[in-house]
Amino acid sequence: MTLRKFKKVSLLIAYVIAVYIFFPDDAYAMHIMEGFLPYNWAAFWWLAMIPFVIAGVRSIKKTVTLHPSLKMLLGMAGAFAFVLSALKIPSVTGSSSHPTGVGLGTILFGPTAMTVLGMIVLIFQALLLAHGGITTLGANTFSMGIVGPFVSYGIYKGVKKLGAPLWLSVFLSATIGDLMTYITTALQLGLAFPAGGVMASTLKFMGIFAFTQVPLAISEGILTVMVINVLSTYSQKELQILSVFTGKELPTSKRRV
Amino acid sequence: MKPMAKNGLLLVIVVVLAFAPLFLTRGAKFNGADDQAKAAINTLNPNYVPWFKPFWKPPSAEVESFLFALQAAIGSGFVFYYLGYAKGKHSASKKDQP
Repeated sequence: MTLRKFKKVSLLIAYVIAVYIFFPDDAYAMHIMEGFLPYNWAAFWWLAMIPFVIAGVRSIKKTVTLHPSLKMLLGMAGAFAFVLSALKIPSVTGSSSHPTGVGLGTILFGPTAMTVLGMIVLIFQALLLAHGGITTLGANTFSMGIVGPFVSYGIYKGVKKLGAPLWLSVFLSATIGDLMTYITTALQLGLAFPAGGVMASTLKFMGIFAFTQVPLAISEGILTVMVINVLSTYSQKELQILSVFTGKELPTSKRRV
Repeated sequence: MKPMAKNGLLLVIVVVLAFAPLFLTRGAKFNGADDQAKAAINTLNPNYVPWFKPFWKPPSAEVESFLFALQAAIGSGFVFYYLGYAKGKHSASKKDQP
């Protein structure tokens, strides 16, 4: 029985390894590049980000003081975003981009917690990889750490309320949240460079970011479902504390051991 | 469907999604979407000059890919450390109450 779980986990590992053996370099990905937002917009998005970061720090503090046992899971949610945003994957449009990985943490810990974790990932990439930037950190955090997670959260709650199974709500939540992140990026660039109208510019940037992102968003949705599958087998207690699913939906334990 | 079969099937879909573009769009360069955005900004506003430069840039593509691989390695290291820890805790608690 445990062999099956082992296989599940090793398949996940194999996926991660395969992806970055085959597509390691030469592909820059998304996020607005350093210096590429006019300074008034850069400042605007920084200001817009701050209240969410404060709320996020509070929410994380609360979770950790109430349930110290969840620290590890929180770290795992951050690490998941860390891995996925390092994986630049080719897309059908002939360009590459990477997933965000914030959907998982959002489902577990709520959207503002992922604002903070997403920002940490973005700072790392801006300082060490020259990917994204410090001046554009506000805008990038707003798309990846605020819009993405809040959309994910809304969809997760909404779809679950409609009575959809856990996997479907997780999948839709992570996929659409990922897509919305890039649609937000396109909108931010459209607002900053409105030659011929904000709408026209936004659509142009959407052509670059959003279509590339479609298959990657689906991949992110599927990977998030896989992790939730594993978690709902081994971390039921934690998931119950976080009320990821209500008692009757506990789908797993019957078959094991 | 068994959970293992389910995750296996899911994995196949992910692999196809990641690899299919390489075969569907042969000859494409798979540049980053942000490089294309740079070009688009240039056509929309040819006078725009980036007003800030990164403090530090990886000196070569090799160093950059090393840092990206490192990022993925640290991340996946922790993810699977946690999954292993959860699995161990789970089977230990199963043993306590047979």
